Parts: sequence; structure tokens; C-alpha cells
Amino acid sequence: MRIVFVICYLILAPFLGALLDGVERCISARMQGRRGPSVLQPFYDLRKLFSKQMIAVNNVQLFLNLSYLIFLVIAGCMLFSGTDILMCLFILSLADMFLVIAASSDSSPYANMGAGREMIQMMAYEPLTLIIAVGFYLSSGSFQVADIIQMSVSPVVFMPGMLIGFMFTAAIKFRKSPFDLSTSHHAHQEMVKGLTTEMSGTTLGIMNIAEYYEMILILGIFCLFIINKNWWSWPLAIVVCLFILFLEILWDNATARLKWQHLLYGSWLVTLLAGGLNLLILMLIK
Amino acid sequence: MGVMSKSPWLLHYDASSCNGCDIEVLDCLTPKYDVERFGIINTGDPFQADILLITGGVNSQTEPVVKQLYSQMPDPKVVVAVGICACTGGVFKECYNIKGGIDTVIPVDVYVPGCAARPESIIDGVIQALNILDEKRAALKSKAREK
Repeated sequence: MRIVFVICYLILAPFLGALLDGVERCISARMQGRRGPSVLQPFYDLRKLFSKQMIAVNNVQLFLNLSYLIFLVIAGCMLFSGTDILMCLFILSLADMFLVIAASSDSSPYANMGAGREMIQMMAYEPLTLIIAVGFYLSSGSFQVADIIQMSVSPVVFMPGMLIGFMFTAAIKFRKSPFDLSTSHHAHQEMVKGLTTEMSGTTLGIMNIAEYYEMILILGIFCLFIINKNWWSWPLAIVVCLFILFLEILWDNATARLKWQHLLYGSWLVTLLAGGLNLLILMLIK
Repeated sequence: MGVMSKSPWLLHYDASSCNGCDIEVLDCLTPKYDVERFGIINTGDPFQADILLITGGVNSQTEPVVKQLYSQMPDPKVVVAVGICACTGGVFKECYNIKGGIDTVIPVDVYVPGCAARPESIIDGVIQALNILDEKRAALKSKAREK
């Protein structure tokens, strides 16, 4: 069963991620009163990126981007194989570090600024990510994903604050406005393309695929909040995931980009209020 | 429609335009014209762009910038000159600081005339550029095969 999940993740995650990205761009366009691109647009983009001429400022960037992809895939496989969630989150941060190094490896000041901002973003969301792992441990008595999904009630009952906090941090992870500081999917980027300025063709394609893996991984963690031992919690988890994704798109279209100070203090405040208080209550009742 | 023409990413540069054509280029992104329906993204990054859209004639200060932007774009790539100034130099042609149209500096594939060029004609020019982009990709591929 575990192997089936891992293989499904390995093969389907990029397709599902790209499809969700396409749907997202369509919904975004409709929210702005436009027709928008085709749902399959991310696939066309990827196909084009891999057919472009290879312009690289250095050889190490492609290697570092590949490391980003591979470590993300490992983190995702750990979640979907039902092993340690704490380890999975650590490897997720490690993968992000490779992206930061990849962006700092070239001489473009925009890419370097993007790398700096990505680190600030990591500082902003990392505390809550750890609190969530502890929250899962306190509510289920185990860090193992396989044990967490066998609980008699959904973990969200014990950690509603953490779910709200994680929705906040997921917006940073998905690079959604108002948190798209390091790089943005939209054209209105104040630092050219930030993190991805010097990535082109294949390198950018790999980065996009890695982001699709990451997206499915984050949505998987959202599912973990809902899933319990009853079979009906699985479809419910998927519906909740799609609803959360819709909220993120709505938020993306309704807000303007924040300064990094606001991002950092804002997410720490949310971490403290939603995550910290929830954790405190959980420790008292368990 | 080929590989390239389904996801063309634009880079817009103002060589010495009066901003009339620039505003019309940005008009193409608005809900009324919505170029994103062709998969077009207005990116600010030459490394990721396929189409270089230039407005205004080239002067001695923007010449090295135009050359650099063009050299930073990965193949296959096309250049669209938007507005009469970018095509020939327009009313500024005789000015001492203007070199003339964009084609005095880099090869131009599509000329979009007008002062200012209308959004409809800009979109039309970009769609024509897409076909050239596909042809260039095919040429690159056959060249690689010969090697």
C-alpha cells in the first residue's frame, strides 16, 4: 500500500501540480474579468522550457536545482509512504536551502536579493511548520504519518489554530501575493524575476517541476489534518484541500505585496497566536 | 501551433519611446484584450523571454542595452518592433541622437506600424511573430540534426 502511494506521488504529482496550476491561472483570470490561458498552459510552458537553448551562467546552478527537485521528491515520498513527518519537514527545508544556494550562485543582484528574501520567507514559516509537527505528535502520540491517519477523530479537532496558521504559511510556500517576495508567478515583479532571474530553459523547467511536487506535498499535509480512520475522511480531505487552494487564489488576487518586515512579524504573530496558543491548550488537555 | 507558439513569453523594452506605444503594449494585458489567453506572459527577464518587443527608435544610450538584452535571450527568439519609431525612427529619424529603427542594431522579424500602434495590431504582430518562432525552432532542430 505504501509503495503504491509513493509510486503514485512520484509519477502523478508533477502532472497533478501542473494541472492545478493551470486551473489556478484560469480562476485567477476569471477573477480579474479575463478569459485566461488554457488549463493545459503549464504543460505547454514546460514543453517549451525544455526545448529552449541552454544558456547557463554557471554549471553548478543546474546541479543545485536538480538537488532541490530531488530533496523535495524525497520529502514528499516520506510523507506519502507514511513515515516520520518531522523528518519530512526537515528535508523540505533542506530542499529550499538548495534553491537559495542555486539563486546565490550567479552574479545577478536581482537573483541574490531574491535568495535573501527567500531566506527571510523561510524564517517566517519555519517556526509554525515545526509547531505543526509537534501538534501532530501531541494529538496522535506519534510522529509517524501512518499512525496519524489511524486516529479515531481528525487531527484538526485538536489543532484548528494550527490549520489556520498553516494556511497562512502555505501562501508563502505557494508564492502567493501578499507573500511573493522572492519571486512571483505574475509579471508584476519588482526585482525582475527575483530568485529565478538567471534561470532559463531547462533550469527553470526543473524548478517548476519541483514546485509542483512541493505543491502536492503541502496539499498532502493539509489532508493530514482531516484524514482519520474512517474512509469518508479521504474524499472530505480532498474537498477541503481544493477549498483551501481556492481561498489562497482569492487571497492572491485581493492583496498587494507586503514588505519583508510585515511578512516576518505578521507570520510570527500568527505563529504565536494560532500555533502557540493551540499548542499550549493541546499540552494542557493531552 | 507548435511547441514555441503555445507558450511565448514577452520581454518589453522601451528604447526611446514617448510612452505612447508602451501604454498600448500594457493595454494588451488588460481584460479587454487579454493576451494571456494565448499563453503569453509579460516577463521582465530576458533569460526567460522568447519575444523581444521594442518600442521607440534606438539612440546611442539605449543601443548597448538593446544589444545586451538580445544577446541574453536563449534561441529561438524573435524581435517585434512596435510603433513607427521602432520601425524606422519615425518623426525623430533626423534627430542627431537617434540611430533610426531597431533594425539598425539587431535583426527585426516583425514590424508593427502606428503612432501609437493599436493594441489590436500589436497582438496581430505578436501572433505573426509566433509563426516565425516556430519556423526558427524547426530550422534550429534541422541544423542540430545535420551536426
